[in-house]
Amino acid sequence: MINYKNILSSTVQDIKPSGIRKFFDIANTMEDVISLGVGEPDFRTPWQVRSAGIHSLEQANTRYTSNKGLEALREEISVYTKRKYGISYNPETEILVTVGGSEAIDMALRAITEPGDEIIIPQPSYVCYEPITRLAGGVPVIIHTKAENDFKVTPEELKQAISEKTKALILPYPCNPTGGIMGKEDLEQLAEILQDTDIVVISDEIYAELTFDNIKHTSAASIPGMRERTVLINGFSKTFSMTGWRLGYACAPEPLLNEITKIHQYAIMCAPTTSQYAAIEALRSCDDVVRDMVEEYDMRRKLIVKGFNQLGLTCREPKGAFYAFPSIQSTGLTSEEFCERLLYSKKVAVVPGTAFGDSGEGFIRASYCYSLLHIEKALHLIGEFLEELKNN
Amino acid sequence: MNNKILKLLENNARMSNETISAITGLTEEETKHRIENMEDNGIIRGYKALIDWERVEDSYVSAIIELKVIPKARLGFEEIAAHIAQYPNVESVFLMSGACDLCVIVKCKTFHEVSAFVAKELAVIEGITSTATQFIMRRYKDFGIELSSADDDGRGNISL
Repeated sequence: MINYKNILSSTVQDIKPSGIRKFFDIANTMEDVISLGVGEPDFRTPWQVRSAGIHSLEQANTRYTSNKGLEALREEISVYTKRKYGISYNPETEILVTVGGSEAIDMALRAITEPGDEIIIPQPSYVCYEPITRLAGGVPVIIHTKAENDFKVTPEELKQAISEKTKALILPYPCNPTGGIMGKEDLEQLAEILQDTDIVVISDEIYAELTFDNIKHTSAASIPGMRERTVLINGFSKTFSMTGWRLGYACAPEPLLNEITKIHQYAIMCAPTTSQYAAIEALRSCDDVVRDMVEEYDMRRKLIVKGFNQLGLTCREPKGAFYAFPSIQSTGLTSEEFCERLLYSKKVAVVPGTAFGDSGEGFIRASYCYSLLHIEKALHLIGEFLEELKNN
Repeated sequence: MNNKILKLLENNARMSNETISAITGLTEEETKHRIENMEDNGIIRGYKALIDWERVEDSYVSAIIELKVIPKARLGFEEIAAHIAQYPNVESVFLMSGACDLCVIVKCKTFHEVSAFVAKELAVIEGITSTATQFIMRRYKDFGIELSSADDDGRGNISL
């Protein structure tokens, strides 16, 4: 009989399944849950985008595209990054269309990592960076960002994390789960430290369009001296409510992008063709739709942040993405205890901060990809839960 | 700011002043004051529940009735429109461009009641030259809400 332990890669086996898997399974099978738990927009993909996808199917545009993606789409991406963030990328040589931002992260890390290379990862952050680093043979070096710094990477923290072996820094801003962003000045300070090094920056800017309080997103690649070392990653899932279409892209200087494309070519071939046609329409005609969605998120954001603070769960104002990240330290519970008890007693689902790294302890992530009415209901139930905690 | 309040109330007339103030950044007192002002000067005409009567046993029959009308000198369509608007089962009266002049939406208990209303009340009004009644058989979307769509949006309860 085969001993599967012997045939599976030790690197893969060493990657622990997320500790909260069980909690997730319970939450996802429970009925009538009032959830603030999901990381994807509630809005539908804008109609004109769906229509463009349908049209491409009617035209039988269902074959492989070029490895890098449709030329027309790469051209639109080039126009878009210039228009939105002031950075020019050559659609022929510096842009790759990928299967979601996730693939771009994987390909970029694989393209640069030698065994033992250190990859600096700020946490709390999205869950994929650490395991992908390990799969690529790299060693994750974690920066534990802090609430009092609005979960930014500070110059001191970066300096401390850098060693001889540092290959890359991941910048996950605007940040899931903290809602933190890195502004122009913040990025300039990091750029100063990185100049004259060979450290690559993998900037995951998937939430770039979802910033609030009239703050316009600054791309890491737009900072002087940063473009040459940055792999800029973005995608369609969050901005255009296109999670299921699985489409993203990477922009980088040609020598980097060529090697990333090489892996993509062998592993993936090309991103889904229908999604690529739809994405062209998204970039061309959805500014108004996106603006309306951001306005709606902003109302929800204000409601949920005020709600948590009124309940005594200190919540900083998230400046980007669509999550509130309140502290639950006042309850004396761990993040996981809080979430489990809340789920069982009130059927409200939120995600423990620890799902995003150890430094998420003491926090919960509440998504506001829900209607105002839904958020009010959930806040009310969380209020009841906190009352009951006090009285027990 | 008033526009923002109106949009919020248009989506949910039962939204509390507390919630509106959290979203707009106004104080609760000011929110209350602004809403009362808009009620007083007729911008907010009332608050109604959006009911999917098809889900209720005691349901209604609705019809759209197109009327052709000879307008009166000086008064145009106003007099007839105002007259029709007084019937309690008339939900809406619109002046239209195109083939018909007035469009009336009525809500009655039964088909019979609608036909009786058209035959005995509308058709006999002086100046109305023809009526065309179209019954609403099923509502898929009304008040801007998709009535047939499922509540579950397929996202599950939790994901990273």
